[in-house]
Amino acid sequence: MPVPIPPLAVSAYTATSAMGHGLDAHLEALHERRSGLRPNDFGSAPLPCWIGRVDGVEAVALPADLAGWDCRNNRLAWLGLNQDGFLDRVLAARDRYGASRVALLLGTSTASIGATEEAYRRLDADGRFPPDLQRPPVHAPHSLAGFAAAALGLEGPCLTVSTACSSSAKVFASAERLIRLGLADAAVVGGVDTLCDSVLFGFNALELVAREPCRPFDRTRGGISIGEAAGFALLERAEAAPHAPRLLGYGEASDAHHMSTPHPDGLGAELALRDALARAGLQPAQVDYVNLHGTASLKNDEVEAALVARAFPPATRASGTKGYTGHTLGAAGAVEAAIALLAIEHGLVPGNLGGDTPDPACGPQFAWENEQRPVDVALSNSFGFGGNNACLVFARAGAPA
Amino acid sequence: MSALRVHVAGIGLWSAQLADFAALREWLAGRPAAAPAAKPPAAALPPNERRRAPESVLLAAEVAGQAVAMSGLAASELACVFASSHGDQAITDYMCATLAQAPAELSPTRFHNSVHNAPAGYWTIATGCHAPSTAVCAHRASFGAGLLEAAALVAADRRPVLLVCSDTPGSGPLGRITGCTDAFACALVLTAQPDAATLARLDLALQPAGDAAASWPEALPAAWRQGSPSAPALPLLALLAQASGHCRLDVADGLAMDVTMEKPA
Repeated sequence: MPVPIPPLAVSAYTATSAMGHGLDAHLEALHERRSGLRPNDFGSAPLPCWIGRVDGVEAVALPADLAGWDCRNNRLAWLGLNQDGFLDRVLAARDRYGASRVALLLGTSTASIGATEEAYRRLDADGRFPPDLQRPPVHAPHSLAGFAAAALGLEGPCLTVSTACSSSAKVFASAERLIRLGLADAAVVGGVDTLCDSVLFGFNALELVAREPCRPFDRTRGGISIGEAAGFALLERAEAAPHAPRLLGYGEASDAHHMSTPHPDGLGAELALRDALARAGLQPAQVDYVNLHGTASLKNDEVEAALVARAFPPATRASGTKGYTGHTLGAAGAVEAAIALLAIEHGLVPGNLGGDTPDPACGPQFAWENEQRPVDVALSNSFGFGGNNACLVFARAGAPA
Repeated sequence: MSALRVHVAGIGLWSAQLADFAALREWLAGRPAAAPAAKPPAAALPPNERRRAPESVLLAAEVAGQAVAMSGLAASELACVFASSHGDQAITDYMCATLAQAPAELSPTRFHNSVHNAPAGYWTIATGCHAPSTAVCAHRASFGAGLLEAAALVAADRRPVLLVCSDTPGSGPLGRITGCTDAFACALVLTAQPDAATLARLDLALQPAGDAAASWPEALPAAWRQGSPSAPALPLLALLAQASGHCRLDVADGLAMDVTMEKPA
């Protein structure tokens, strides 16, 4: 088991998803229990399902000096960076520490593959990309982090983590290691994924897409709703922001079971959870809220509900929030970290949305309605294809007492 | 700038010209061996997985298997970092071409093999590894950035880590954009402490890149570097074939890693 780590300050954070742009829109939607899902109006061919589409991405214009990075994913990244004053907080950290001392670690599942898909729809007579899309960096999976490094003027370590749906949870772990080892003084972490044909038709081919809005942890759930989102956080040493919420720990583990199905006993997920609690120096009973991965796929929810039931006492609250956002894939870790931080900041346990007839595997830990109560310690689960599991632990500054 | 110290316990290599690290040593000594088969054997994968696995997975599993065998460590105990600039380009080409013509006909298997962490997934399944695994990229700095990620994991958690960096050749219209012409893969098993299996000690220091470019050994053809975005690993591999020395790797735009290597006495 790992030893406890020094907590880091989450000195700024933000989220943009189908729930809206920025944290206030998220808090409002959670309070009103208002889903951001809509009937699918995206893609180059019809697909009858619901999606979590972010309003206004098409209208975003990148600054002229960043125009070479233009694509839907980087537009959403830019939209996200400009919420909640996040961009200015990063620039202030860059000025304080120096551009080479701020790391940039971003998660994405498909980056700007949507631009590559478009190029294939518009190949010229010789089978070449159209001139406006002959921009190699946009057709690489590092496109998001490359764009963000240019947009933020950062010159420190810069890495894309792409482990499917755990991507933007794992960046918190990578950042903590770099800061603890003195290789960086601060880190911008986060994740962005946008709607594209690859994921809509890919998950459809795997028969994982619901026809109706996704219903996490419902007995008759029919699969996932795909969404898009951008989430970011700024991590610094605790003393740099004494009152900011804390990243107390993280855990990472592999299922070693199957490429697209979770381990039937949730082995990797449980190892990640135990690892995270050990690093945070916490017992399960000290956890107030767990934001679940809760994709509304048959298998994920079954395995995760059983894990919650055996790992936590009844007083711990748990819920999934993909009924609000859809499954935002490589952005899910960062967006749900923001929801866990909102839970701490506002004392709100968001009720699980879409589980009107709860799966019997769900224990008393499940919050089916919103609950207003103090949340000192909140976890966020993220699990990806290939059996890739991550768990993050956040806490109010000074908690647990 | 802060430095990291790690120890190399195993080395894997596969390219159009070289079937393993021994072949690189021979090549540097002026005794080039015959080019390897087109398809890496990837003996570390069970036969069923090997049949199902796409090219990117075979390539990564081949060098991972070589490095772990050399280290004498159990693959199931190693945390792993799989770096690749472009992932499986043949699958990306297939997916984009299919989506442009008949999206409803997309293959579910090719879709789940398209994730950047497919090599990490196949590897952890094949070796029964429950340790942390990750998949990363940093365009043409993927090896340096992956080495930093792996070395940080070694140093922070004091545990052995397998690093793999691999890229398949480009394919179709996307291949013209990525400019990848050759397969290239390499792997290192890194440990926190030296022991009897230690091949070399590496001290890694981050430096603003300034005007000093990443190094490239004069002995190696420049075409090898151009052919694959994973080939910038070769300066370190060539260094490991010597008694001691330095090299410089790209880690990010404007950030370099200076590597100092020494062999145990």
